[in-house]
Amino acid sequence: MKPLVSVLIVEQSDIIIEGLKSMLQDAGEFNILAPLHDVQSLVERVMAQKPDIIIVNPQLLGMAAQATVEQLRRSRPGIAVVAISTTLLPSAVLASFPSCIGLYDTQNSVVAMLRQMADGGEEENDNGSYELSERETEVLVLLAQGLSSKLIADKLNISVHTVNTHRKNITSKTGIRSIAGLTVYATLHNLI
Amino acid sequence: MSRYFTAKTKMADALTVNYNIFLLLPRLGIKLGFGDRSIDEVCHSNGVATSFVVILLNIYTFSDYVPEASSLSDDDVTQMLEYLVASHRYYVNERMPHIERHLDHVASQAGERYAAALKTFFSGYCDDVVAHFTYEEQTIFPLIERRKAGGHISRSVVSHMSSTHDSAVDKLSDLMQILFKYLPSEGLAEELNELAFTIMQLSSDLNKHVVIEDNLLIPYLLGKEAERQ
Repeated sequence: MKPLVSVLIVEQSDIIIEGLKSMLQDAGEFNILAPLHDVQSLVERVMAQKPDIIIVNPQLLGMAAQATVEQLRRSRPGIAVVAISTTLLPSAVLASFPSCIGLYDTQNSVVAMLRQMADGGEEENDNGSYELSERETEVLVLLAQGLSSKLIADKLNISVHTVNTHRKNITSKTGIRSIAGLTVYATLHNLI
Repeated sequence: MSRYFTAKTKMADALTVNYNIFLLLPRLGIKLGFGDRSIDEVCHSNGVATSFVVILLNIYTFSDYVPEASSLSDDDVTQMLEYLVASHRYYVNERMPHIERHLDHVASQAGERYAAALKTFFSGYCDDVVAHFTYEEQTIFPLIERRKAGGHISRSVVSHMSSTHDSAVDKLSDLMQILFKYLPSEGLAEELNELAFTIMQLSSDLNKHVVIEDNLLIPYLLGKEAERQ
């Protein structure tokens, strides 16, 4: 089963919050976190609750929109920050957001857009196969032996980023996330 | 009209909608035999805070229910902490040993190599969970109790509390993946099915437990801290 995509709504208007909530709840693939009415504790909430998507009204951010969006991305890499526009906004402000929800968007288009944002961070595994490639198997064995991504990168002469891509593919192919779980997988497959 | 439970909903009706509520009642100290009484009446006669119980039953029953952290009273929070501690006991003293026995049995039939790997994995998982519960009970919950008397909780403490949830959830889901997909099942099908159901039951219970902490307790604490400043 695919995990629910958690969504944090940051908006002043209860009517808009409730509208978004009911649109997303019907879709059944989103976990809607308790919404925020202002941005005061936004970064702390993001650190604590780790939403996948934030829907924020840029008016609450004022001139600091770009800086805030960047700060959120730093505190939680891979997060998607989407704007909800309730009024005409300067294009410079909207440019800080990868996507924007408008008040007249349909339920289908909002859900489709958020679904796409949630998948955006994931790199597709190469050919849809569930067999680990030779390189992935190598990385898996080293992970199971307790090596960090950095050490694995050094050992295999590849970048840490590449190691992390292999890790993502290993997880999407095996369905296993934790190092301890990968160790059991390696044992069951006689890899270690 | 809302389809969620309210204080006026009959307890027996709530149980009919979601039989998993049976598992919650002992942790709240609520006894069966409540006839046609409402959730509020049942809570009163058992000395339990109604509003927290209504939120709890809704969280466990409706996946789209979003609790309102701002509506919690101090009594609700005290009730919540009691409930969380009782749940920790239930997981650690009842569910985990049960799964461990079952898993030992299944694994030993599958071969020594598998048995050792699974045993190490599950005991590692249990250690993680117990360490997390202990941290909450000994560090976080006393801070929350002290907050009522004017103490405060730093935001970093609150963030840290949630950071260990992910790894515990991941490991249990890994265990299911391993049992479903990778363990040789010759001659073990029935036992494996039963074990998988037991683990799924614990997993969905723990997921709701995480929802209570991440989506109710933490927003409540952050809200209170923001108010204080």
